[in-house]
Amino acid sequence: MKKKRLFESAVQGIFLLLGLITVGCVLIISVYLIVSGIPAIKEIGLFDFLFGREWQSTSSNPKFGILPFILTSVYGTAGAIVIGVPIGFFTAVYLSKLAGKRIRAAIETAVNLLAGIPSVVYGLVGMLVLVPGIRSLFNIPDGASLLAAIIVLAVMILPSIIKVSVTALDSVPKEYEDASLALGATPVETYFKISVPAAKSGIAASVVLGVGRAIGEAMAVMMVAGNVANMPSIFQSVRFLTTAVASEMAYSSPGSLQRNALFSIALVLFLFIMLINAALNFFLKREKGK
Amino acid sequence: MNGKRKFYTFFMRGLMYVCSLTTAALLIFMLCYITVKGAPNVSWKFLTTKPSYLKGNIGILPDIMNTVYIVLATLLIVLPLGVGAAIYLTEYAKSKKTVAVIEYAAEALSGIPSIIYGLVGMLLFSANFGTCLLAGALTLVIMNLPTVMRTTQESLKTVPQSYREGAFGLGAGKWRVIRTVVMPGCIDGVITGCILSVGRILGESAALLFTAGFAHALNGILSGLTSSGATLTVALYVYAKEEGEFGVAFAIAFILMIMTLIINMSASLVGKYFAKRRRV
Amino acid sequence: MKMKKNICLFAAVLLLISALTGCQKSQQAVATDGSTSMSKVIGALSETFESDTGITVTYNATGSGAGIQAVEEGRCDIGLSSRSLKDEEKAKGLNETVLALDGIAVIVNPQNKVDGLTLEDVSKIYTGEIKNWKELGGEDGEIVLIGREAGSGTRDGFESVTDTEDKCKYRQELTSTGDVITTVAGNPNAIGYASISAVKDSVKVIDIDGVLPSEETVKDGSYAIQRPFVLVTREKEDLSDSAQKFFDYITGKDANQVIKDAGAIPVK
Repeated sequence: MKKKRLFESAVQGIFLLLGLITVGCVLIISVYLIVSGIPAIKEIGLFDFLFGREWQSTSSNPKFGILPFILTSVYGTAGAIVIGVPIGFFTAVYLSKLAGKRIRAAIETAVNLLAGIPSVVYGLVGMLVLVPGIRSLFNIPDGASLLAAIIVLAVMILPSIIKVSVTALDSVPKEYEDASLALGATPVETYFKISVPAAKSGIAASVVLGVGRAIGEAMAVMMVAGNVANMPSIFQSVRFLTTAVASEMAYSSPGSLQRNALFSIALVLFLFIMLINAALNFFLKREKGK
Repeated sequence: MNGKRKFYTFFMRGLMYVCSLTTAALLIFMLCYITVKGAPNVSWKFLTTKPSYLKGNIGILPDIMNTVYIVLATLLIVLPLGVGAAIYLTEYAKSKKTVAVIEYAAEALSGIPSIIYGLVGMLLFSANFGTCLLAGALTLVIMNLPTVMRTTQESLKTVPQSYREGAFGLGAGKWRVIRTVVMPGCIDGVITGCILSVGRILGESAALLFTAGFAHALNGILSGLTSSGATLTVALYVYAKEEGEFGVAFAIAFILMIMTLIINMSASLVGKYFAKRRRV
Repeated sequence: MKMKKNICLFAAVLLLISALTGCQKSQQAVATDGSTSMSKVIGALSETFESDTGITVTYNATGSGAGIQAVEEGRCDIGLSSRSLKDEEKAKGLNETVLALDGIAVIVNPQNKVDGLTLEDVSKIYTGEIKNWKELGGEDGEIVLIGREAGSGTRDGFESVTDTEDKCKYRQELTSTGDVITTVAGNPNAIGYASISAVKDSVKVIDIDGVLPSEETVKDGSYAIQRPFVLVTREKEDLSDSAQKFFDYITGKDANQVIKDAGAIPVK
């Protein structure tokens, strides 16, 4: 009997260990990023690092200011949201409330397919269609620009926005809508004045999810944004927080200020993501609480 | 109905149609563009040869094999970890706080962008093992842990409490109950988790570039895991961005699209199958 | 059920073993890492080597700086660099062996009417002093400067010869040789630079001070923009058997023809 109990507690111990692995991973990643990100910030100075407008990591007189990257990431994400969210939102309402069964099934399959397609495929199509398109449409010397990145990101976040919003809209109790219709509201009024407010936490969550995906995307953006550390402007070649890390990581020497500064960029990105996660959690909890 | 309301109805309805049409057009464009540009370049030779500078040939067999290796290695490691974590959460954990902490951690993990995983993986794994598929697989394990954990957890919740109580009543120990009653019940969650993980592994590029590298060498599974290699998605990036071989890139994109389609369909089929069986 | 578990266990053990053996450098495959300009040369060399010996060679085209870094950290056997090592890199215990010479071609879109430039023109273009093709006898159009990322051997070679270090006003900083060629091929006003071994027909190579890059002009030095292809190894640590074999093969006389066919200029 004693042996059996010992065995049982051993098993429990093993499962506890397995359960704590996720926590361990998060801790390792956070600690790693913080420990390796702090030295460069200390050396450069927090203010100069975050608000410096010039990034010249390999010049003889190196400058490490990441304001261009931060602003590019913020503008890029905001742009993608401004374009992607309305389209995704109205499509979701249509799919959830108006669309016939067949149309809905067809579009949902396609949306799921697009959600699963690797981001580099979006980058590839962007590179060959968008970049030359923007160049000739706006008559600028080169099309690899913030605008191209924004459009690619907007298309990429569309599937997740549609999927999450449709789920939220579907779960609005039918009685709400029936009551509104019975009071003489048109179906369209009912959808937008009753169903949408009832599903607003879910829709908000979809937006936050989109923000998270847009700000964290590296490869697709790298393929269309031109990758020069300019201050962001719509037709300029720009570099995001993610692409700054991706493009210089491989050849920076360990222990050098350049590599440490890249870790600091990753830390800044990580903090952004954690903030977004907290926001997402907040919205999801509210959704569940109802 | 007054004019203002009529206009509102008309306007919102119009917006819905316009946006849905935009979405549909985008979807159709992407799917057609990839198919038209990619499908003609897919041939038997393309799928079954390796690239050669001497013969001027481009084949993606090594990339396919690398993808298979990395998927196998990742699943092999992530499944015990993820399933174990889920079992702990549903069967053992008593304090709500522990559960909340673990679930929050899983959520945080799934929100971290893959470039950060790549960074950490490069320092944690590649620095020790060299740039190789194994380092890539280990990085992917951390990425996919939350997925496997969540799907398993969901399916464990559907195992009726009465089963467990019955088994306990018959005098079975906790481990035995888990092994014989609980684990068989989570098989659908494990399968769904596998499918979703495969999808994510297939689509991953940023996390693998720095950890698994992008060589096109053809290896057996063991030497393959310890040498660097590109998965299909990474190969797509390399061919498009580094070598300017767009035909090849689109062919890979087409293949990946077909695979995504298969994955999505099998995920929903598995879901339906088990839902039906449970009802019976 | 039991059987399944045993298989799983077996597979896990196998994996563990493979993981452990991964730590040692005694593996068969030779890992190379570095310059994207050298992809053709190394690709061809490793193919002939592979068919002769059966030893596989992997090649990660990451860029010269990255290759040097990878050797130093022990992530690969042989680093590939398309520039000479700097003194501080040598001080870290790295050795260099020149494999071949390579010219950096200045390339423009085939539609461009300009056929030749002086070295001075090139520096003026890249520092932003000359902004329009009109000033050089071409058609009216803003010059689009395409360059490589910091850490690239090609960029290093190009900027040091044209004396434009840290002064280039790039419109796009791309991470590989092939990418520069594709981008220049796709934009009528673009100018870029790339290894002559990699240049395709989709772009036009222009002459510098009246000299086109070729085997002779690079070898006798009359074509100015050139740099070496360098193999980087660790000074303190011996190469693995297979890596040593590969190293001996590619630095030997037999490799010359392959190097030549791949578009680079053998030094021996």
